[in-house]
Amino acid sequence: MSACILVFVSTVLGCHYVVRLLPLWLAGHRDRSRPAMFSKGTKRKFSDGEDEMPDDGLAGAKVASSAYSLQRQSLLDMSLIKLQLCHMLVEPNLCRSVLIANTVRQIQEEMTHDGSWQVVSDSLGVEGSPSERLVATEVLCRSPSPSSTLSEQELERDTEPRLYSLVSYDDSSCREEEVVAEVIEDDNEALCSEAASNVCLSGTMSHCWEPGELRVQQNNDDICEDSRLGSGDEDVDVEEEDEDEEEEQEMSQKESKTMGQVFGTFEIKNGSSGSESALEELFSDVDASYYDLDTMLTGMQSTPKIGPYDLLDNLGPSHGPTSIGSTANCRSDLNELDHIMEIIVGS
Amino acid sequence: MFCLTQHLQHLSDALTQSALQSVITGTVLLEGQVTCSGTHWQFKCSLNLRLCCLLVHRRVSNSPGYYHTADIISTVEFNYSGDLLATGDKGGRVVIFQREQESKNRPLSRGEYNVYSTFQSHEPEFDYLKSLEIEEKINKIRWLPQQNAAHFLLSTNDKTIKLWKISERDKRAEGYNLKDEDGRLRDPFRITSLRVPVLMPMDLMVEASPRRIFANAHTYHINSISVNSDHETYLSADDLRINLWHLEITDRSFNIVDIKPANMEELTEVITAAECHPHQCNVFVYSSSKGTIRLCDMRAAALCDRHSKFFEEPEDPSSRSFFSEIISSISDVKFSHSGRYMMTRDYLSVKVWDLNMENRPVETYQVHEYLRSKLCSLYENDCIFDKFECCWNGSDSAIMTGSYNNFFRMFDRNTRRDITLEASRENSKPRAILKPRKVCTGGKRKKDEISVDSLDFNKKILHTAWHPKENVIAVAATNNLYIFQDKIN
Repeated sequence: MSACILVFVSTVLGCHYVVRLLPLWLAGHRDRSRPAMFSKGTKRKFSDGEDEMPDDGLAGAKVASSAYSLQRQSLLDMSLIKLQLCHMLVEPNLCRSVLIANTVRQIQEEMTHDGSWQVVSDSLGVEGSPSERLVATEVLCRSPSPSSTLSEQELERDTEPRLYSLVSYDDSSCREEEVVAEVIEDDNEALCSEAASNVCLSGTMSHCWEPGELRVQQNNDDICEDSRLGSGDEDVDVEEEDEDEEEEQEMSQKESKTMGQVFGTFEIKNGSSGSESALEELFSDVDASYYDLDTMLTGMQSTPKIGPYDLLDNLGPSHGPTSIGSTANCRSDLNELDHIMEIIVGS
Repeated sequence: MFCLTQHLQHLSDALTQSALQSVITGTVLLEGQVTCSGTHWQFKCSLNLRLCCLLVHRRVSNSPGYYHTADIISTVEFNYSGDLLATGDKGGRVVIFQREQESKNRPLSRGEYNVYSTFQSHEPEFDYLKSLEIEEKINKIRWLPQQNAAHFLLSTNDKTIKLWKISERDKRAEGYNLKDEDGRLRDPFRITSLRVPVLMPMDLMVEASPRRIFANAHTYHINSISVNSDHETYLSADDLRINLWHLEITDRSFNIVDIKPANMEELTEVITAAECHPHQCNVFVYSSSKGTIRLCDMRAAALCDRHSKFFEEPEDPSSRSFFSEIISSISDVKFSHSGRYMMTRDYLSVKVWDLNMENRPVETYQVHEYLRSKLCSLYENDCIFDKFECCWNGSDSAIMTGSYNNFFRMFDRNTRRDITLEASRENSKPRAILKPRKVCTGGKRKKDEISVDSLDFNKKILHTAWHPKENVIAVAATNNLYIFQDKIN
């Protein structure tokens, strides 16, 4: 199961709950055992089979456990924002970053055990309500016939690899390889993925948290090995050199360069892959607007640097989870993106 | 029991870059009365602390009432005799205070600390490779035992450690043959007679000069330095590594602990503090962000990644929360003077450990347990990451640590009594009897109590120091240095 999905989707869910979350921030900590208590309660009630079983009780149990989930979610969001917002002039405090990252990890583990993110990831694969899906891809895939084939492909394929394909990580040449490799694989998905790329990027970064547990991770490992063994790419050499570098800044700069390469590859792919001129035209429009979008969406970030790729520069001293923070941007990205895509596609 | 003896404001002559206001407010008696909620009992604390002096760090240009962030005191340390007190601030400046000697003329001035020397220890730097600034904030100061007339101390910022020599000059040679009193060289042919230069007294001048600079050994931020009992070596610890230095050698250091994982993504624990044993020069301890302390013996191996002793208190499952790990992170570790015990400070408590028992501390003192229900908001405003320090008194019978709202807490280990005091100007007025403070956690707030919600979390006392021999304490509150003294009248 993909932790990256978890983080990303939880953010998606989070944007619906963000208003409600605020009061809970000061509510103090809830007993961790509560959800278990409540789930026990609901089971009991079900087994009773009494009609007069109070719906209030059920609802109350649900509300309380969902309140706990909301609070946990708010804590997760707060932690991600903390990881993202770091001083640009001075190196961020490693101890603080590690503690926040451990907290995020702990929340994720608990959500894993609760099965909360299971629900979430299920809703991703299923054609459920728009609120639970990646809005951008949903919009794209609902578009009329020219892209219907696309939507089928979109639905067939697991979205996870696509999200995953944009990952880029510090001092890991393996993953940077993956970036290039995945891109080469994706042909027609480029359309969908590009629209979603902005938002997916940050979500993918957390995948490395639980290696081996992820289905996608295995994919990646395979790809990684292949690309490592097979290619005499310049990328390999460059990355191996950089692997020894401890300098975070250089890595992130290289990453953003790689990401730039990726994005460049996307463009090339888009130009040649679209079998239909309408798609090409559509896509070329999106290209330009993307950069503009990035320029616009600087409000969420604390730094003047723009775009999700530039978020790599914000990475703390070679500590991975700091990159998670960019998911916070996805929320506004999503909304804006949704709006723009609706205009372009829906018309 | 209270009187205002003198109210002085003066600028020290020794200052070069900034003016320091020294405000001596006289003696104010702090009564040791504590009322505990629940069981009402009153007792007199054995310490009657009076405010000895209040010293304000301030740079010249600022208007009174405001302080520059560079004036915030970041470390406080007494030397081995207690006559000198060094403070470091965020602006990289070190100010050393010296205790006035007793004199019959001014009997009440015994124990006042006045500015002795001030110098700029560290300057802001720029790391071109990472495009990041290196803060000049002084993280730690440690004195070396005095071996001659001069005083030596180590001061460190995030990356560089410097050894400073502070020496006095109160004599000057006069009557040189080859140069004038102005210093101009004389023409040798003009000299008709020779004389022997004579040492004449002059105004005391205190000079600080950097003798060694230990640089480029730490990739991460230095959080601790500790002088070894052999007086030849010292250790410096950053987030992931500990290095051992020789005081004479600046271009090499031994790495003795390295907890950096091969894959930085697997990093879950960092080093938060380290200290050498006060008597055994081969033993040191380091604490981690997970609430563990490792004692290492340098005789065992060159790289002390494998600990000799591992101190960790099992977690109480009933109080587990998402913040459990953060509040268990140890911010300071200090050996007792005897070397038998060590003390650790985590966010909510202070624990005393017996070095012979690893599975739990022998004593635990709650510093501000009322904050446990506020952890979420403290996490939000980042206060949960504040690193409080702690210190022993000279006889190891009492310990002290800071809290919020300019409160600091002292615990008597023998009687298990504790007291909360406040370091603030308003409460240090002459003719005012200071009472110990009490924080009310809920329900009805009594008079003179403060409710948890009205605590000022911007006023935090992170750094305190206790005189090695007497009951004199130094408390740093933002840019103010309070020195309290126990005077028996």
